[in-house]
Amino acid sequence: MTATLHVSVWRGGAVGSLAAYDVPAQDSQTVLDVVTYIQRHLEPTLSYRFACRVGMCGSCAMTVNGVPRWTCRTHVRRVASGGRLELRPLENLPVIKDLAVDMSDFFGKWSRAHGAFAPAAGLGEDFARVAPESPERQAASAGIECIGCGVCYAACDVVRWNPDFLGPAALNRAWTLVNDCRDGDGAARLRAVAGDAGCHACHSQQSCALYCPKQLDPTAAIAGLKRATAKAALWGKL
Amino acid sequence: MGARGETWLWILQRATAAVLAGAVLVHLATLVYAVRQGLSAAAILARTEGNLAWLGFYLLFATAAALHAGIGLRTVLREATPWRGPSLDVAVLLLAFAIAAAGWRAAFGLFA
Repeated sequence: MTATLHVSVWRGGAVGSLAAYDVPAQDSQTVLDVVTYIQRHLEPTLSYRFACRVGMCGSCAMTVNGVPRWTCRTHVRRVASGGRLELRPLENLPVIKDLAVDMSDFFGKWSRAHGAFAPAAGLGEDFARVAPESPERQAASAGIECIGCGVCYAACDVVRWNPDFLGPAALNRAWTLVNDCRDGDGAARLRAVAGDAGCHACHSQQSCALYCPKQLDPTAAIAGLKRATAKAALWGKL
Repeated sequence: MGARGETWLWILQRATAAVLAGAVLVHLATLVYAVRQGLSAAAILARTEGNLAWLGFYLLFATAAALHAGIGLRTVLREATPWRGPSLDVAVLLLAFAIAAAGWRAAFGLFA
């Protein structure tokens, strides 16, 4: 590895430019380490977001050499070709400053897609028994580990073309709840995800699945929603 | 268009795609056969006139193509341009009807 990393970092908001920094290369260095070094030693006014540093909180995603990634779990040696890094904010979200984007739209769409659990049971009822091997539980398990980092949303061409599109993460979340036998939102959630910019707008290009750092497959979840909404429409229950 | 409308358009798009997959193959095979056999227009008409099976096939083919093109174009326009809403829906419906009408006219031309 070269002893020095040449790092270009986006400075500014929607309008701005790349600034160049030289950062000492180290073994087992993550991209987040590089950004933190720049902020602590070279450019104290650099804005970026992180919290857990171990791939759980989903707050440190950025565009690294053109690809959306979680920076805390991305090793520099895997992505820096020729010792060069170009760091930009996530695509498809408004830039607040430098590497920090406004996630309001992203999480607002979780809400619009009825991404909140709506318990069907009342207080005092017995525990629901969910068979771990049931197809519904398996389908929910496949998508439940989302950390809400926004990488899929930034990678999605349909979001780019239609800013109203609910996006892979919100639809993936809705699909886990459609498969949750304890949830009582039913047809209302299906209606919420089947609107003008809902699941049917997805072209199954699978960028979300390609770049998801948790190796989830939102495209498959969206396909599940398409089937579920189609079935509901055919039975007159949508 | 609401959730029910969008879902039905999606179902129609998939169903017409399935019809077209078969219909295009039959249509191409018929074309190749007619060319390789050197069939004249009169010879083709002799086979299709009064033939309800060919009439039904081409009416179905033309209808599926018209619906598929209309729904697909609506999606493309909604992504590639700012055009949305009822005016777009009416415009692609008119286009679909025009395509269907041209196809139906041709099918009846072969039949009668």
